[in-house]
Amino acid sequence: MREVQNNGRTRPPGVPDGSASRPCHSSDEFLPGASEWPNDLSRREFLRLSAATLALAGLGACTKQPIEKIVPYVRETPEIVPGKPLYFSSAATLNGYAQGIIVKSREGRPIKIEGNPDHSASLGATTIWAQADLLDLYDPDRAQAVMHGENISTWNDFLRDLDVVLQAQQDSGGAGIRVLTEPFTSPTLSRQLQMLLQKFPQAKAHTWSPIAPNESQRTCDFSKARVVVALDSDFLYMHPAALRHARDFASTRRISENRMMSRLYVAEPTPTVTGSNADHRIAVAARDIRAIAEAIAQNGSVAPTFDAWVRAVTQDLLANRSASIVIAGETQPPEVHDLVAKINEQLGNFGSTIISPHIDPTNHLDSLGQLVEETKSGAVDLLAILAGNPVYNAPVDIDFEGALRKVKLRVHHALHANETSRLCHWLIPAAHFLESWSDACAFDGSISIVQPLIQPLYASVSVHEVVGALIERPVRSAYEIVHETWQSRNPTPHFEDDWRRALSEGVFAAETPEPSSSRAGSVEQIANRKSQIANSVEVLFRPDPSVLDGRYANNGWLQELPRPFTKLTWENAALISPALATREKIDNGDVVELEFRGRKIKAPIWVQAGQAENSVTLHLGYGRTEIGRIGRHTGFNAYALRTSGALWFGDGLTIRKTGEKHSFATTQQHQEMEGRDFLRTGTLAEFLAEPKRIAKAEEEPARDETLYEPNEYEHRGYAWGMVLDLGTCIGCNACTIACQAENNIPVVGKYQVARGREMHWIRVDTYSSGKSENPRFEHQPVPCMHCEHAPCELVCPVGATVHDNEGLNLQVYNRCIGTRYCSNNCPYKVRRFNFLELNNNLSPTEKLVKNPEVTVRCRGVMEKCTYCIQRINAARANAELEDRQIRDGEIIPACAQVCPTEAIVFGNIHDPNSRVSKLKRSPLNYGMLAELNTRPRTTYLAKVRNPNAVLVRGER
Amino acid sequence: MAQIFSRNANVHARVTIFGAVVLICGAGWATNEIFWSPYTTYVGVPLNQPVPFSHKHHVAEDGIDCRYCHTSVEKSRFAGMPTSETCMHCHSQIFSDVPLLAPVRESLATNTPLKWNRVHDLPDYVYFDHSVHVAKGIGCSTCHGRVDQMPITWRVNTLYMKWCLDCHSDPQKFVRPRDKVFDMAWQPPANQKTESARLVGRYHIDTSGRLTNCSACHR
Repeated sequence: MREVQNNGRTRPPGVPDGSASRPCHSSDEFLPGASEWPNDLSRREFLRLSAATLALAGLGACTKQPIEKIVPYVRETPEIVPGKPLYFSSAATLNGYAQGIIVKSREGRPIKIEGNPDHSASLGATTIWAQADLLDLYDPDRAQAVMHGENISTWNDFLRDLDVVLQAQQDSGGAGIRVLTEPFTSPTLSRQLQMLLQKFPQAKAHTWSPIAPNESQRTCDFSKARVVVALDSDFLYMHPAALRHARDFASTRRISENRMMSRLYVAEPTPTVTGSNADHRIAVAARDIRAIAEAIAQNGSVAPTFDAWVRAVTQDLLANRSASIVIAGETQPPEVHDLVAKINEQLGNFGSTIISPHIDPTNHLDSLGQLVEETKSGAVDLLAILAGNPVYNAPVDIDFEGALRKVKLRVHHALHANETSRLCHWLIPAAHFLESWSDACAFDGSISIVQPLIQPLYASVSVHEVVGALIERPVRSAYEIVHETWQSRNPTPHFEDDWRRALSEGVFAAETPEPSSSRAGSVEQIANRKSQIANSVEVLFRPDPSVLDGRYANNGWLQELPRPFTKLTWENAALISPALATREKIDNGDVVELEFRGRKIKAPIWVQAGQAENSVTLHLGYGRTEIGRIGRHTGFNAYALRTSGALWFGDGLTIRKTGEKHSFATTQQHQEMEGRDFLRTGTLAEFLAEPKRIAKAEEEPARDETLYEPNEYEHRGYAWGMVLDLGTCIGCNACTIACQAENNIPVVGKYQVARGREMHWIRVDTYSSGKSENPRFEHQPVPCMHCEHAPCELVCPVGATVHDNEGLNLQVYNRCIGTRYCSNNCPYKVRRFNFLELNNNLSPTEKLVKNPEVTVRCRGVMEKCTYCIQRINAARANAELEDRQIRDGEIIPACAQVCPTEAIVFGNIHDPNSRVSKLKRSPLNYGMLAELNTRPRTTYLAKVRNPNAVLVRGER
Repeated sequence: MAQIFSRNANVHARVTIFGAVVLICGAGWATNEIFWSPYTTYVGVPLNQPVPFSHKHHVAEDGIDCRYCHTSVEKSRFAGMPTSETCMHCHSQIFSDVPLLAPVRESLATNTPLKWNRVHDLPDYVYFDHSVHVAKGIGCSTCHGRVDQMPITWRVNTLYMKWCLDCHSDPQKFVRPRDKVFDMAWQPPANQKTESARLVGRYHIDTSGRLTNCSACHR
């Protein structure tokens, strides 16, 4: 046997609960419990059922196909060709910012959201949230009817109730009217609020979102930056322009013709997607970011541990004037942003890499605080809360709940009934953005019209109609209101044409940003105080990487998506550094009591490598009490510690062990590949010295070196293959959720995830290497490799997994009898077994989200990545009708389509000019575990990093 | 010592053994018969429909083209079913008040679709595409039979996988010129063998064996 090379790389430590049944032995394919019978079935019961099954087995086949109905449309629908999808452009919003999307619709129901290639904030990719928005549309737990207290009511009853208050407010000019919105960019909504203020001059509009940045960002062009320094900024993931940033950043990470590559420095308190892509990352407490920024600005020093990093950053920045970016996180205070602006100005980055002007954001905290103060004084008669959930997520020292109770008429407009709705007189169900008209701006000012694809599933009302109800009678439809906004802005005779074009293209108009300039004072002014690196423990509040501030808490896809580093699902944890864990003698899964400024909560501990030593990260969005069945009572509520004085971080957290243990559902150790050499990395210098060395293959056995009949591909047609570029994969998980949406992959729930029964066809493995206080992270998406010599095929007793001529490794559900031998024999661990009947008890709306082009699998069958065979066949059908070959790039699997960095490329490897063939000829190309002679069709490009030689020497 | 076996034990044994063989064979034969009988396959079984629509009348006697009603047959996987409005194009003018067509009129008036019983119904795990078959020169009558002679529609083929594979493993037997696809009365010419070989090449029909891959129809 060859020595297996592992480069000292491990998956970060997991197996948190320490229960006796874990960790599993490497000879076990499935986790203990994975193959267990459901709890409440005794042995006797099992035998009884087995006997009955045996006796009745034959009868099962004695059914004949029932007569089904075929239901045509009543009226002719020229635009709908039954069986063919239609595509509509629209926009999804996150924190108010638009992201252009194209929604696929089949026979009138939206079934998939893709990015809009023509939209600057999307470029064809989407975030995980835009993907998951589709599931929210069909969520049976959505607010379905207008509720008056506990009773179902109607929109007209609400209007009658509202009219009484509005009448009374006429005299005072609306002094008692308040509207509370989330941050928005909709020109129509802002026009409506202006109209409201015209009608009621004394009324006020407030804004609150727990995760809206307290500093807005300038727009950066990462494609021009050779050196990027991110100070606690997750610009690749948690940012309105993240998709754009990721695309631009990735373009600088591919080794160019002049053998260049950009370099990323990150200083951050807790591992983020951005940090994991850094060439040099330091873990610094959030409060010390400022000291780091000062040190960079003044070429000074902070602390011995960080000085080398700071010096290297400074030198690199100076060497790359006007081709660098220093970016500070949105959670950092204004002083840091001023410092960073100053640094960028001195480097001459404004106008070259930093484009758009700085817009002073609304201070949400002030806005909310003002509202609460006025409410407490009894001045507010009508409060309309448009989306959001302030009762749950307002800072705990601002007693929003107490204030809310004093308002005479409280109206909540929300997608789900939540903690806030419970305290409101009226709950108006909000229309999902796929059900109603609106508009929104992207980070760069380009405007998209949000157009509906489906009639509201429930008695939902658009936000424009609710605000309209405050302004005018009769309330006009959202379409009329939005249309009017744009017609009044463009009163040209050809407006209707422009409007239709905007709907079709997805971008209405882009307001060109003015050239940027700095507004910072001098460095001396700002940095007149020297910060000291302190030793007390700080708490960090961060939106959860999946459910954000809790708004996606009822979304099964997002709940079950393993978080980028912890691989936790369905809950949050208090992330602490290994050093702090040792100091406090706590371990993974210990429940601790966290005390912060007099308030206490209990939280389970997750020891996270790469966490700054004295920072504890608490993810928001959990511990919900009023939400649908998915999100209720899972995780702990970190808002209970969050005060207005420490919105994002604060000093003085104390940790006390309770002695209790908590068991997580994490996928960390699932589908493990037993320490083989699966991920290859190297540096730019190594690559330039000897391009082939990094991906140097273990000697690959000859094709015929097999006991079995070698699988020969004499087929001259297409040969499908895929390349995954580890160098540009940022580990954002979008592929996992896109695959879930495309391929009808069920959600299994926390309990089943803990047993290793999650169903994702493509997983993103995260590896850490190096010192645990500051490890290097690497991400590796793993779908089915479609091996030419597939080990799974040899062991299937019923031929349920076979090859087709084009090299696809097929899973034939109808033949599968569920022996799971294939999964046992798969070295990549990419096969998923349906342990349970996960699709039988779906509500009528949940059935609508299923892709009609993909079989819905039943219990007892194996499934896995198909390379999106439905898309291959759709492209083939189109090509056949036109009597031509399938073009390169015509087939895009769901994972490749969603990828913000275009790290996944699929195509015909028989065509030497296809993109995938070209990538497979790259010296970085390697097949994972190719030494097993599996001949994988999915191969990887090794990851190349670009470390600074000075720092590398220092590390040694 | 008494005899353990009675005198007719041999007879019992023979009867049991032969009986078992006969029973098993009989059961096998019966299963086979049922499996292939119209009871299971619906071959030749006309289905009741909300409106007794006659293809014979509309196609053979009126000469209406298949695509007038099945509009998407050349474009999509699904051939398309006529909307109530399509029926009323003509029936608002002719036979506009016959009781037989009351369900159609009602459907249009109340905006509720007609619910037809599906005659050609493939299992849900089969992904069949009409448009590709039509483009490759497979005629309607090859699978659906002489629909133009059916007063009420029935199935003429089992639609079993075996039947599909008959053609997928050797498409030459069934290919016809594209302009004859909608010709109900088309018969293979005497030189079908040479003619279809030419067509298979011209229509780029894949004869490499890919058409019998599982992935051709299942996903």
